[in-house]
Amino acid sequence: MAGEIPNLAESKLTALVVDDNLVNQMMHHKLLDRLGIRNDVVCNGQEAVDAHCSGRNYDLILMDMEMPIMNGIQATKRLREMGIESKIAGVTTRAEEEERKEFMEAGLNDFQEKPLTISKLVSILHNLDFYVQT
Amino acid sequence: MQRQVALIKQSLFDQGYLDEQFMELEELQDDANPNFVEEVATLYFKDSARLINNIDQALERGSFDFNRLDSYMHQFKGSSTSIGASKVKTECTMFREYCRAGNAEGCLRTFKQLKKEHATLRKKLEQYFQASKR
Repeated sequence: MAGEIPNLAESKLTALVVDDNLVNQMMHHKLLDRLGIRNDVVCNGQEAVDAHCSGRNYDLILMDMEMPIMNGIQATKRLREMGIESKIAGVTTRAEEEERKEFMEAGLNDFQEKPLTISKLVSILHNLDFYVQT
Repeated sequence: MQRQVALIKQSLFDQGYLDEQFMELEELQDDANPNFVEEVATLYFKDSARLINNIDQALERGSFDFNRLDSYMHQFKGSSTSIGASKVKTECTMFREYCRAGNAEGCLRTFKQLKKEHATLRKKLEQYFQASKR
């Protein structure tokens, strides 16, 4: 990535990684850490919903689409029905137009194709007004 | 020694085993996590060995459940993409195409090649990480 990696620790942002893939969990957790964003990791949409039911709340949710038990589309819909207003960014390898549209319509604020990189994450943060790129 | 490490790494890129996503992993390595790349690679090989075993067992049973096989390979491709395992990713993509076409012979042939690429990458990365520690 050209340029410096921003440090957003002072902004005290929090994030939730929702992904069933262990390698992606590790990567996305570290990506957020690197930008100074405290984050938790869950394995599927149901766990994301359960986390919110238990009272946890996050500024940003990175939501994978294809997961067992409850996928990203179902989880996004459910969270919005619950009144969760966190910014949700869909992150998936499935980027066909139809699938992307369905995912966006579930209630996403942004969308990025995997693999996630520092640049893509910074772009998400910029698009969702968490970070102003200079 | 540093030069040897650099040469090993360059050959991995030149021979197409790794792509630019691997450099994204290296960007995430810092003083707080000095072995991050190796840790991710270790997790990848552990998780992908499990997936290979699952696929092997499914193929040995003889009845080709293409949906299940595609689901395993979706996981495998996702992890491979995230760490920049280019050749493995290519074989994953081909395998999934054969699944969608219901082509059992294609699946078997591609899976054999995938295992070969996976084993080669594992060996080369082990050499790279060992050389990096000297």
